Amino acid sequence: MKILIVDDFSTMRRIIKNLLRELGFSNTSEADDGSTALPMLKSGGFDFLITDWNMPNMEGIALLKAVRADPMLKSLPVLMVTAEAKRDQIVEAAQAGVNGYIVKPFTAETLKEKIDKIFERLDAQG
Amino acid sequence: MDNDEERLSLQLDLARRLVEQLEAGDRAGADESIRQLRLPYERELFEELGKLTRDLHEALNSFRGDSRLIELTRDEIPDAKERLNYVVSMTEQATHRTLNALDESMPIAESLHDRSATLHEQWSRFRNRELSVDEFRELARELDDFLTQSGQETERLKSLMSEILMAQDYQDLTGQIIRRVIRLVHEVEENLVGLIRLSSARMELPKVAKASPDETEASEIRGHGPIVPNTQDAGADVVSGQDDVDALLSSLGF
Repeated sequence: MKILIVDDFSTMRRIIKNLLRELGFSNTSEADDGSTALPMLKSGGFDFLITDWNMPNMEGIALLKAVRADPMLKSLPVLMVTAEAKRDQIVEAAQAGVNGYIVKPFTAETLKEKIDKIFERLDAQG
Repeated sequence: MDNDEERLSLQLDLARRLVEQLEAGDRAGADESIRQLRLPYERELFEELGKLTRDLHEALNSFRGDSRLIELTRDEIPDAKERLNYVVSMTEQATHRTLNALDESMPIAESLHDRSATLHEQWSRFRNRELSVDEFRELARELDDFLTQSGQETERLKSLMSEILMAQDYQDLTGQIIRRVIRLVHEVEENLVGLIRLSSARMELPKVAKASPDETEASEIRGHGPIVPNTQDAGADVVSGQDDVDALLSSLGF
């Protein structure tokens, strides 16, 4: 299971990376915004994407839409971990096809719960 | 050309008359001639002054109409102050959270260290066959206790470590807020430059930075950073936490 963590703050990337390692996911890579993440995703090999929203150049919502529009990536599970808390934004992310949405500040338990839930649902879909 | 010549001969006549009047001691007549000589220049001056006044008025009016400076001063600066205050209290909380976890961790680590040192000493004596049977029983009991407790205590240490890890999320959250304030400072700067340009002698119309239309249009969807209490964020329709997000998503069929 290879996971890409996208956030413009290196501190938050380290936090998520640490939490994922605790959960048993040690194969992670990092990108600091959508425009660096997208080529990495396109070059293949990633099974899961965790992305922030508010980033320079290419925001997380644009990255999500680009992923869903790409035939190779369109079924990649995407979990948003962001401080964006407007209802309109959450609805927007849901309509764009996000698999999970976590608001910052979050806990280790929330991250685990949402990741488990995403996999449960994907398994159920077969 | 004709006009200039006419004006010149008029001035010449007036000057000759002024000399005659001065020589004749006619003070009142001389004053009148001087006033007439000065007249065309005064008119020019007044016309120029009138034009300048009009330009200034127009420039000020257009600045007042375009400028975000008033809005910035009235709303956004106090808003930014509130955001920075929030940053101070967030960093304070994060530091306390970290230090509290450390305060609890240090005695646990020290006690683990001390007890293992004592046990190590006893163990060495046992290996050297220096322990009596009673002393060995005592050691076995102590070892038993230590193994049970150290399991629990290292578990507690691990959870305190992850508390310290999670406390570091303040850097991302406050960083987003500070970046937003930096953008505001930049906007104030641009507006002040516009104001200085306006008050400069060249009287250029100020080029004030305005939010571009597509920027305001898309602002609902663009990233804002964390919601800060007691600011303009208060008016936004926001979720109050993860439970709220989950409820909203489940209402959307998630």
